[in-house]
Amino acid sequence: MAALITARMLAKIYRMGEERVRALDGVDFDIDEGEFAAIVGPSGSGKSTLMNLIGGLDRASDGVLTIAGGTLAKMNDATLAAFRNKRIGFVFQSFNLLPRLSALENVELPMIYAGVPPAKRRKRAAELLAQVGLGERGRHRPTQLSGGQQQRVAIARALSCSPSLLLADEPTGALDTKTGTEILGLFKQLNRDGVTIVIVTHDPGVAANAQRVIEMRDGRIVADRRTETR
Amino acid sequence: MIRPQDLIDSAFRSLRINPMRSFLTALGVIIGVASVIAMTALGAGAQEQTQNSIRSLGSNLLIIVPGATRGQGVVFTPSSFFSLTLDDVEAIAKEIPGVQVAAPSQRAGGQIVAEGTNWNSRIEGVTPDYLIARDWTIGSGRMFDDREARQGKPIVVLGQTVVDNLFPNGNAVGQKIRINNGPYEVVGVLGKKGQSATGNDQDDILIAPFAVVKRRISGRFGGRADTVSTIYVKTERAEDLDRVQEEVTNLLRQRHKIQPGAMDDFTVQNLASIADTFKQVTQTFTWLLAAISGVSLVVGGIGIMNIMLVSVTERTREIGLRKALGARSADVLNQFGLEAIALSSAGGAIGLVFGILIAWGITALIKFPLVVSPASALVALLVSAAVGVLFGAYPAWRAARLDPIEALRRE
Repeated sequence: MAALITARMLAKIYRMGEERVRALDGVDFDIDEGEFAAIVGPSGSGKSTLMNLIGGLDRASDGVLTIAGGTLAKMNDATLAAFRNKRIGFVFQSFNLLPRLSALENVELPMIYAGVPPAKRRKRAAELLAQVGLGERGRHRPTQLSGGQQQRVAIARALSCSPSLLLADEPTGALDTKTGTEILGLFKQLNRDGVTIVIVTHDPGVAANAQRVIEMRDGRIVADRRTETR
Repeated sequence: MIRPQDLIDSAFRSLRINPMRSFLTALGVIIGVASVIAMTALGAGAQEQTQNSIRSLGSNLLIIVPGATRGQGVVFTPSSFFSLTLDDVEAIAKEIPGVQVAAPSQRAGGQIVAEGTNWNSRIEGVTPDYLIARDWTIGSGRMFDDREARQGKPIVVLGQTVVDNLFPNGNAVGQKIRINNGPYEVVGVLGKKGQSATGNDQDDILIAPFAVVKRRISGRFGGRADTVSTIYVKTERAEDLDRVQEEVTNLLRQRHKIQPGAMDDFTVQNLASIADTFKQVTQTFTWLLAAISGVSLVVGGIGIMNIMLVSVTERTREIGLRKALGARSADVLNQFGLEAIALSSAGGAIGLVFGILIAWGITALIKFPLVVSPASALVALLVSAAVGVLFGAYPAWRAARLDPIEALRRE
């Protein structure tokens, strides 16, 4: 399969006063289409920095990062926004749903920025909610939903523009073990349906669900294991 | 790319989330626009009022009085006090083209007595041309004719105010009155004219044949038998007014043998230019009021900026999320900018309605004409929208340049 993500000598350097912190220190890897990968490591290992770079939220200091044929360093603010909109589906630890909007409207949000007409995006949002098992909860506000349900809404939202990559940052971090397992089950299901998934986590138990675990420490990849637990 | 209607929709949604706060934020603009609209409407009303009353003196009218004008006042010398004569009137009527009528008038004062009631009024000795010059009509009865005016028949025509005071029952025509103990018959009543620009009651007047007033009422203060105290000159067309004014001045200087460089012994007042002056004064006044109210509009704009800045801080996380989901910086800028514009425009529209209501209330109280020009309404709306743009720009810019990573990390 073709490489969806290609990273070569990827580096990110922060200036903290006089000091230069190498958050990412020359990282090379490929992630193929259809993979379910986990990036693990303790805090400060650079995994969040890597996730921000892959998600197009931040720019690398050095190196090359190509995702779905696009080189991120060459994108301007507007193209990068379009890239995040169409190529990346974000899932956050704290769900990040807008509290004033219904579940359906939250799922519609990325499609609004993609310029999808209302009737079409409403239909797609309803389909996606049904797909994540929340078909009847479309009118509910996030506060009327349980944590697990909220994360399902967030996943439906992430999928709404048919992204090339689902990028999840500690997606089970705010959930109890049982619900977390359900959410991971949903991820596996989506991956079987062909969605490429990258999860960033510090939890080895969560990472164990992925086919591939990329372990980071001090801004470098220290291990890259493929498992066959599907 | 986001569709424009979705952008507008999301801006209005955010405002509806907290309606009380949105209303209070817009209140500054509401008050600002309302006061600008009310003040300009009142100013325009005052202007209309002045114009109306100046127009009521008579249109296309020049008023010539004895005495020279120097700066603000009229200067009299013994010779200039009675400088205008009936011959001057005739010469103006005959020699200057474009003059419709030149009407002489001798002013006098006197006690008018009827059925035991006294009334002190302005008395003018005139000819029938007077009514033409002053655009006046007879309400009931008749006007005396030229022959009667020249012969000096003891008959009078009363203004409505005089009738109201002397004959409360209304019917004045045919009644007898006495002026300075001389008997007169009322043959007609003038139509109602109302207040003049300076607030005088124009209907408080009695007119009588020129010769009668000269001979029996004005006395020695009225000058010789052929002198007049005012000449009313009405031109056929408004465009002729300035030219006729110049020609009248030249003619009278020539007739009065005034040397070049010497002062006129008369003054020609052009009502159109007086009206212009009044118009300028009221207009300046209107602008002043509008400018003062405009300050409150600026204060309203600052209120919007303040709340928008608070809102950007409160919604930092939302902004970060929207950016992560694909909002461009321009989309965020537009959303917050539109919110500010929506606030100020809604404030402007509400303020417009309030302003008109206030102006309507005040004009109803002081009996002014209500003048709200569509132009000033439009300007008020545009200015309030501009206030939104101006004071919303900075908060919107702050929102747009938020770093999504930082914003998402914020609690």
